[in-house]
Amino acid sequence: MTASAVTPGITDKVMIEMKGVHKWYGQFHVLKDINLTVQQGERIVLCGPSGSGKSTTIRCINRLEEHQQGQIIVDGTELTSNVKHIEAIRREVGMVFQHFNLFPHLTVLENCVLAPIWVRKMPRREAEALGMKYLERVKIPDQAKKYPGQLSGGQQQRVAIARSLCMQPKIMLFDEPTSALDPEMVKEVLDTMVSLAEDGMTMLCVTHEMGFAKQVANRVIFMDRGEIIEQNDPQTFFNHPQNERTKLFLSQIISNH
Amino acid sequence: MSQSTHVPHPDLPPPSASTGVIGWLRANLFSSPLNSALTLLGLYLIWLLLPPALNWLLFKADWSGSDRSACHGEGACWVFIKVRLDQFLYGFFPAEERWRIQLSWLLAVVGAAPLFMKRNPLRMPSALFMLFAYPLIAYGLYTGPLFGLPLVETSQWGGLMLTLTIAVVGIAGSLPGGILLALGRRSKMPIIRSVCVVIIEFWRGVPLITVLFMSSVMLPLFLPEGMNFDKLLRALIGVVLFESAYIAEVVRGGLQAIPKGQYEAADALGLNYPKAMGLIILPQALKLVIPGIVNTMIALFKDTSLVIIIGLYDLLNSIQAAAVDPNWLGFATEGYVFAALMYWVFCFSMSRYSQALERRLHTGHKR
Ligand SMILES: Nc1ncnc2c1ncn2[C@@H]1O[C@H](COP(=O)(O)OP(=O)(O)O)[C@@H](O)[C@H]1O
Ligand SMILES: [Mg+2]
Repeated sequence: MTASAVTPGITDKVMIEMKGVHKWYGQFHVLKDINLTVQQGERIVLCGPSGSGKSTTIRCINRLEEHQQGQIIVDGTELTSNVKHIEAIRREVGMVFQHFNLFPHLTVLENCVLAPIWVRKMPRREAEALGMKYLERVKIPDQAKKYPGQLSGGQQQRVAIARSLCMQPKIMLFDEPTSALDPEMVKEVLDTMVSLAEDGMTMLCVTHEMGFAKQVANRVIFMDRGEIIEQNDPQTFFNHPQNERTKLFLSQIISNH
Repeated sequence: MSQSTHVPHPDLPPPSASTGVIGWLRANLFSSPLNSALTLLGLYLIWLLLPPALNWLLFKADWSGSDRSACHGEGACWVFIKVRLDQFLYGFFPAEERWRIQLSWLLAVVGAAPLFMKRNPLRMPSALFMLFAYPLIAYGLYTGPLFGLPLVETSQWGGLMLTLTIAVVGIAGSLPGGILLALGRRSKMPIIRSVCVVIIEFWRGVPLITVLFMSSVMLPLFLPEGMNFDKLLRALIGVVLFESAYIAEVVRGGLQAIPKGQYEAADALGLNYPKAMGLIILPQALKLVIPGIVNTMIALFKDTSLVIIIGLYDLLNSIQAAAVDPNWLGFATEGYVFAALMYWVFCFSMSRYSQALERRLHTGHKR
């Protein structure tokens, strides 16, 4: 059921491997036997009803959540309770949140250079050049000296993307990056994500933007009640869904949009 | 179908808020019958209280002279304060050594000045000087031997100098102490967490006066024979621990107010715990709790006078002592008014500074 077509830009190198991953919140079995392999350059869209465990799944990849059973290997390093390994993986995995989570006490540029300086030990001058480069990339270099609170939602989310990119990650995780935005700002953020995908970034996106999925994803994964129900290339996924629950979900999404 | 062109409405200046003094009076003082009544009552009270107060404090007060014969009794006799001022400021610090205290105060004012001014290149050096060099210099000046000066026992310290010493040490010590306790109380490690909870709840549960009493009377009983350290130092340690517990709870309130997303973003960027706390969480949390911290510090400043219980004479206590001097019986009121003024000046300055700090650290719109 995996993507059959060999999409250009995707290499054989496995970036993320989840094998039989289970997770519980107390008694609640939130992830049930998740198996997922992501190759370098893949753009994967994760969708499913609210509460199905999408966020939990991607948050396990950078250990914002801890899985209790199974294996997660990111860029060749297995996630265990070893703090050094966790920090090493987090350096290579960028994450963009629904609510941006910018640091409100720092300017836009300071938000961007913080991790390169303190985690990568990059000289400030170099980090600032890098920060400006990525702020240009997300098309807001003119806001560098402002504070996040002075920007619109769309601008804040683009800063958040730039902040992640400044760590020059190998993988980017997006958790509903456009869900908290006013409709007219969704496009500017999606455009940024599209251009990132075109550059060959390995991306794992939780989103309900089906247009985005059709345009850039090479694989769409549907989750429900903590399980991966179905995964396919976007063409097949949207036009010929296999599972009843997928069909139901897609019909709901389409009637809402 | 004809197309109407839309002419955008021009931006207008806002209406002027008030129409002169009359408008302001009407809007703020006489907006309703109740408001008018309260205004009139307020004016009546001012008329009743202010003239006698000013007469006593200033116009009918005695200013010149050197003993009580200069006091005529119609108003305050500030001669009492004037004659005893040195004692109020320096306690029993030997007169010929008082330049050391004056020098330390001068150094503090000059050294810290850049911190109170707008962004300037001297801020960082000034902060480093005040944090690391100044405490050592002040210690050397006050005690003496470090700089080859004659030793002045802490039992001779007193007055404003002692008040400031206790308050500054208490504040400077309890801030880092409180932050560490607050972080410890939120630690994931059960042992660290329990230890911090016990410390906080113990020190918060006992009155400061008990802490001082214990430090002075009880502690020596527990210490091994021959090991006896300075009474003031013991009191200072007690004050720092006591205040740390309060600051810890204030800071914890700030930590709890920081959204989970901030921790997650810091983690996701690969910042380790000390960096996430020091660069992301604490700067925001401390900014949120500036009012609470300053509140605690103002309370501490005034509570320093409790050291009377262990026989130390700070500002208030040395004034009280002077007021029972047979030569100056009957001038306690002047003494207390002076004490109130001194305490008020320092506490009000702290309050203003904290407000300025909050304004300076404010970034962008709150949502
Ligand atoms: N910290 C938590 N503690 C307990 N339950 C949680 C926690 N986080 C999420 N859940 C529950 O786990 C389920 C999956 O959550 P999540 O991964 O956020 O779903 P999704 O992102 O697909 O909407 C939901 O039912 C949610 O209520
Ligand atoms: Mg979610």
